[in-house]
Amino acid sequence: MTQPSQGSVMGGAPSGAPPATVPGAIAGSSPGDRVYRVITTAFAWAVPLLLALITLEVVLAAWPAFRTFGFDFLTSSEWDEVRGNFGAAPMIYGTVVSSVLALILATPLALGVAIFLSEFAPSWLRQPVAFLVDLLAAIPSVVYGLWGIFVLLPVLREKVMPFLATTLGLGNTPFFSGPAYGPSMLAASVILAIMVLPYISAVSREVLMAVPRSQREAAMALGATKWEMIRDAVVPYARSGIVGGIILGLGRALGETMAVTMLIGNRHEISSSLFAPGYTLASVIANEFAEATTALHTSTLMACGAVLLAVTLVVNVIARWLVWQVSREGR
Amino acid sequence: MSGPATVQPSRVTGVQVAAAQRTARSLGRRRVVNTIMLGVMYVAALVAVLPLIFILWHLAREGASSLSLDFFTKMPKPVGEEGGGMANAIVGTLVLLGIASAIGLPIGIGAGLYLAEQRGTRLANTVRFLSDVLNGLPSIVMGIFAWQFLVRPLGHFSAAAGGIALGAMMIPLVTRTTEEMIRLVPVSLREAALALGYTRWRTSLAIVLRTALPGIVTGALVAVARIAGETAPLLFTAFGNQFWSLSLDEPTSALPLQIFSYAISPYDDWHRLAWAGSMVLIGLVLVISLISRFVTRSRFGGGGD
Repeated sequence: MTQPSQGSVMGGAPSGAPPATVPGAIAGSSPGDRVYRVITTAFAWAVPLLLALITLEVVLAAWPAFRTFGFDFLTSSEWDEVRGNFGAAPMIYGTVVSSVLALILATPLALGVAIFLSEFAPSWLRQPVAFLVDLLAAIPSVVYGLWGIFVLLPVLREKVMPFLATTLGLGNTPFFSGPAYGPSMLAASVILAIMVLPYISAVSREVLMAVPRSQREAAMALGATKWEMIRDAVVPYARSGIVGGIILGLGRALGETMAVTMLIGNRHEISSSLFAPGYTLASVIANEFAEATTALHTSTLMACGAVLLAVTLVVNVIARWLVWQVSREGR
Repeated sequence: MSGPATVQPSRVTGVQVAAAQRTARSLGRRRVVNTIMLGVMYVAALVAVLPLIFILWHLAREGASSLSLDFFTKMPKPVGEEGGGMANAIVGTLVLLGIASAIGLPIGIGAGLYLAEQRGTRLANTVRFLSDVLNGLPSIVMGIFAWQFLVRPLGHFSAAAGGIALGAMMIPLVTRTTEEMIRLVPVSLREAALALGYTRWRTSLAIVLRTALPGIVTGALVAVARIAGETAPLLFTAFGNQFWSLSLDEPTSALPLQIFSYAISPYDDWHRLAWAGSMVLIGLVLVISLISRFVTRSRFGGGGD
């Protein structure tokens, strides 16, 4: 072991280092270096291993349900706890509809904020606005749920829903029909929109910042107005990264649990009306786990989790790949 | 006379000609569109910030009136009895955060060191990508993982299982912030240490890691703040508990779990406690965010984020 002697030399006068240790340090061949490298490499391996372990454990938990119901699990909308017949179709429907609606509501706003912050916000506004929007991402999901129950639901029930159904006359369409109780697909979508907005806007802003300055200057030099520069030169350059940010937001929305559980109404039915309660893959797990009495029921809930895991894995891989594409080019 | 003549030769490409014609045709209309669209962006920024302001305002109004010393020192009371607090939930959250940090910090910092130092390798690129993917996975999936991993084999809920679920969430967060903070350390510092005869591992730990430490500590704090508010992974791991529990082998209460069960209860007293609990959680998150902003900016002098 040459380690201790090297250590004392380093601690003392550097100029007096014996020449023998210098080549060793350059080649990185000291035993300490090798140990250090092995340890950090092991920690790095922990990340892929953890992901594999998570996948394995979730599939194991879901296995009894998958074996019992097979492919029908995804298409059946039966939910009979007594007979032990379970299907996840209403949850899959609810997850997709609430997330897509949330994206429709959140994307224009998030892009607006991102462009505002990256292109023309006065510098004194940039920091505080960015901070506030980022803070939205830091609020815990339960707190959104609490706020949703006591502030958002009454507003939706008394103002927004009557406005949509009666004032705008949309009550006759299948999408806004039925009584306005409050807990509903619409409420879940609105809260999800608020929750995914910071993710979409953060990624979009990052990608827009990575657009080379020359791109902007070229457009300006051709006499474009600021808006034309943004529309024709900046956004197209960052497009795939922005799409990545939106898909990333989709991933968040799909798996969001607590706030949705508290607002969506929790009912195993597919209804075209956004005023009707629904269910999502995540919220059914949160809501029914405590009351699941049979092993099959529990396993069914875990199977919902497994479906969710598979979908969010795919969504996240696509999104990250898109974002990386752009931020790499920009650097 | 010479003005137009000198401009003319520069207008050579078709794009430029088209742009020039567009300029001449409808400059006024384009200016109007420009103003409208920029105005729309301003409004979007305003609307995006509004929900946050509403949430903070309601929290302050509802939470402040219910927050008292009792909240921090008293146990939950049965329905109908006035008062009571969340002392056991606060302690439970601290226990869970302790376990999660014990798992998440060493692995995260170690992996972050690897990513920053072995930048180009295939493993580094894979790990970076996968930790981003892991970061985007729903938190409830972490709960299922910990349930199958620990709760089911042992046959009972435990603080340890909750801590593992939260620790798994922490790893990718800490990995990425550590990597970023280490990358901010100037290469010249590392080179200087190596030139003085430091071995690589000493350089990494005593010079680079130490220089990046304030940033890494704030990154760790931010990660802790984020998982402190997580409820979904705890629903079937830590499970919740009405009583004191410091044992890692027993179910334990946690602040977000308690907020959840109080929020969906029909009792006004409990609703008030839920608001107070939310205010405590948000206060924690806010303070840590502000600290991290301050530290990262003053330390590395960057104007950016």
